[in-house]
This record gives sequence, structure tokens and C-alpha cells, in this order.
Amino acid sequence: MVINKSIVIELAKNGKRVDGRGLTDFREPVTVEVGITKSAEGSARVTIGETEVLVGVKLSVEKPYPDSPDKGGIMVNAELTPLSNPNYDPGPPQIKAIELSRVVDRGIRESHAIDVKELCITPGEQCWFVAIDIVAVNDAGNLFDAAGLGAMAALKNAKLPEVDENGVIDYMKRTDKSLPVSKEALPVTVRKIQGQFVVDPLFIEEQAVDARLTVASTADGSIVALQKGGDAPFSIEEIGNIVDIALEKAKFLREKLNQALR
Amino acid sequence: MSYSKRLDGRQFDELRPMEAKVGVIPNAVGSARFKTGHTVALAAVYGPRLLHPAKLRNPKAGRLRCYYNMMPFSGHGNRVRPGHSRRSQEISLVMEKALAPVVDLSAFPNSVIDVFVEFPQTDAGTRCAAITAASMALADAGIPMKSIVTSVSVGKVEDKVLVDLTYDEEAYSENVADIPMAILPNTGEVTLLQMDGGVTKEQLIEALELGKKASQEVYELQVRSLKEKYGN
Repeated sequence: MVINKSIVIELAKNGKRVDGRGLTDFREPVTVEVGITKSAEGSARVTIGETEVLVGVKLSVEKPYPDSPDKGGIMVNAELTPLSNPNYDPGPPQIKAIELSRVVDRGIRESHAIDVKELCITPGEQCWFVAIDIVAVNDAGNLFDAAGLGAMAALKNAKLPEVDENGVIDYMKRTDKSLPVSKEALPVTVRKIQGQFVVDPLFIEEQAVDARLTVASTADGSIVALQKGGDAPFSIEEIGNIVDIALEKAKFLREKLNQALR
Repeated sequence: MSYSKRLDGRQFDELRPMEAKVGVIPNAVGSARFKTGHTVALAAVYGPRLLHPAKLRNPKAGRLRCYYNMMPFSGHGNRVRPGHSRRSQEISLVMEKALAPVVDLSAFPNSVIDVFVEFPQTDAGTRCAAITAASMALADAGIPMKSIVTSVSVGKVEDKVLVDLTYDEEAYSENVADIPMAILPNTGEVTLLQMDGGVTKEQLIEALELGKKASQEVYELQVRSLKEKYGN
């Protein structure tokens, strides 16, 4: 039987899913591995069921922006490679990749997970610039949560390379100094399908979503970033319920992250 | 100057340690992961599917299309800017030419078979790893093929002809030649040949013969990884 969108919708009306999971169950296994590529200063591989995402952190020394001479910078980029799903084409990032990278960026930036002042080497002259690249290897649904988890794991895994007084980096030599990451913002996305709240959708389930809300939170339960997507609206009561689910599921993902970093 | 001992201690005709696996990307029709030393290639095959734009369609046969891409964090030094570069487009082209002689696409008129290769980490020899992985992924996808294609790099550092150069060897001195080649293991025919650097005719032939011999080992690994999934 070919599973299509209409089957997802029919099942959802009865609170069921195509793979038999509970509505707020993640696929198994959820895995986090760090240090998966030698060429990045920090890296991670996250799998959620068949979904696989790689994240690499590259560090460079740049001149600080004129309006923040005492701060370094971070940038998040996402590549929805045509390798990862038959629906993606080669070429510049499409809106889906741009939204994904922006949502992950916002979670990291707004939680102040990285102390950008500590990235400053010489005010007005030199600072560390952190490029976080998310690459989908197999998009089988729920890239948002996989990408956010991978980004935090890769940041925590990163070690500064050696740099001389002129700001020239020797990428072959790593110090044992980590990035100033003080907390971990993890996004959890809750989707509404036929009035039901669903987490960790399959790719085909994503096609049937009426609305979604991504909630990024830190370990103390603070909500640090939000992004609503989809065409349908949410009531304030629904938003409250979604936040409850997201905070609960973030604990589950945080445990996976902590296991990988141990 | 003489290059008497290789930087990583290998023999001159010795390949780096390799790993290969097929069926690594569930969404793809066929896929493969090939690792040689610190170079890792992931290949995915999609199709046959209708070719766009329509003017490129051939009513008599399908078309093979390759895309080579380095992940932004996979380079030896600085971050690699995402997106097509002149280099990646040229490598995509020579990949197509290296693989085209073995695939029979007559059963797929107006269609395209797409092969995407991405690198999480690199240490030279990427186009060879790309072709080796792509060939395994095409076989995994069940595309009719006359043969597997196997690719290795050969070359010269100072006075020595050798196989499978690393980045450090490519940068050893001015007197280095890098010769990526692809070969059909059953006929010995060459389907990819490029070179940067300078060699004599004798050195070129010696290098190609060395590559032919070394590619046998790669070929055996390719076959073994396919058998691991499909049995004998």
C-alpha cells in the first residue's frame, strides 16, 4: 500500500499514525554522535528514525562588525541536499532551508547559548566567527528538531584551532579550548493535523500538517525562540498545550545530547 | 630531491585503508558510502524520473546526471562556500563521462538518473572516491550496467610514482603530479583521466599501470559491499 497524505489525514482524525506510534512519541532510535568529521572544528551526526543530519562548525578569525567591536559572530546555514530527498533540487537554498537555518539560529542566539563577547580576541580588530552548517543526508521528516539538536552537539564538541598574533589559523592544530557555550537551546516542533498534536512527523505526515509551532527551550524550561508555520491558526489555549508538549519532549532530547557529550 | 619514504608511511603502491557500504540513504533508490583514508563520499541515486527541462529529453534513452559537492565543513582549511563552483561543476562533468560508458539507459527514454555525491570530510582523491561511490550506488539502484567503475588517483612526488595521494603529498613540493583515473576492472579501459603537474611518458604509463593494479583492490571491496547487501 502506498501511504499518501489522505491516509495520514484519515488516521489522524482517529488519533492514529501511519507507523502506529503514539501522537507524541519520537521515532526510535534517536542517536547523537559528536566528532564525526575531522575537517570541522566541531561536528555531530543526529539520527531520528531514518532522518539523518550532519552538522559542522567551522571557526575563522574576522574583523568584528563596526556596531559590535567587542563581539564575535555566529551564522547558521542549512543545506537541504538533493541527496537527502527526491523533492530537493540542486541550487541555492530554497525558502524551506532558509527558514530551518533561521529557526535554529534564533534558538542559539536568543538563548545567549554562546557568549559572543568571549569570542572577541582584540576589540575592533579580531574575533572568532562561528559558522554552523547543517546538511541533510536523509530527510525522512522532522529536520527542525534534528538540526537544532545537531547544532548544539556540534557547538559543544568544537575546539578552537591554533591562531597566531596576526589572526592566521593553523587548522591542523587544535587547542583544548572549547567555545563559550553556557546552555543548550533545543527546538521541539509540534504539528497540528486534523486538530491532533503530533511530534516527530514522517516526511509524508509533514505534507498533511495544518499548522506547526517550533518551541526552543533551555534546560531550566525557559522558552527562548518560537516559530509558527503552516496555514491554520492556533488558539491561545492550543499554544499553551503545545508548549507543554515541547518542554516535555525537550527533556527527552536533552538526555540524548547529554549522553553523547559524556 | 628524492621522495624516499611516504609521509604517512605507506608503500608507494599502497592504498589508504578503505571502507564501503551500500544502502546508507533510505530515501534514495540506491546509495553508497565510500571511505578512503580521511576522504568520505556519500552517493545517492534518484530516478529514473522525468527529465526537466523538456528540451534535454532524449526519446531513445535516459540521461545520467552527476552532482559533486563538498559539505561546507569538509575542506582542509577554511569553510567551503556552499553552492556550485567552477571546480564542482567540472568534476560533475567528468564524473558523468567516467560512468556513462557502463550504464545502459535505453530502457528509460526521456528520463534522468541523478547521482548526488556529498563529502562530510576530505583528504584529496575526492573525484575518485565520488566515482567509486557513485558506481556502487548505481548498482544498488539496479540501473543496468556493463561493469562497475573503479577509480583511484595515481601520481608522482619528486622521483617516485605512487598511488592515492593525500593533501600533504599533493603539497609536498613543486615537483608533484596528480593523475585521477577511472578504470573498468574487467577490460582495463580508462574512463577518467586528468592530470595536474608534469611527468614523462614513461612515468605516465608506469603510473597508469600502478593504478590499474591498485584498482583491483578497490573493485573487490565494491563487489564485497554489494554482496553484503544482496548476497551472492
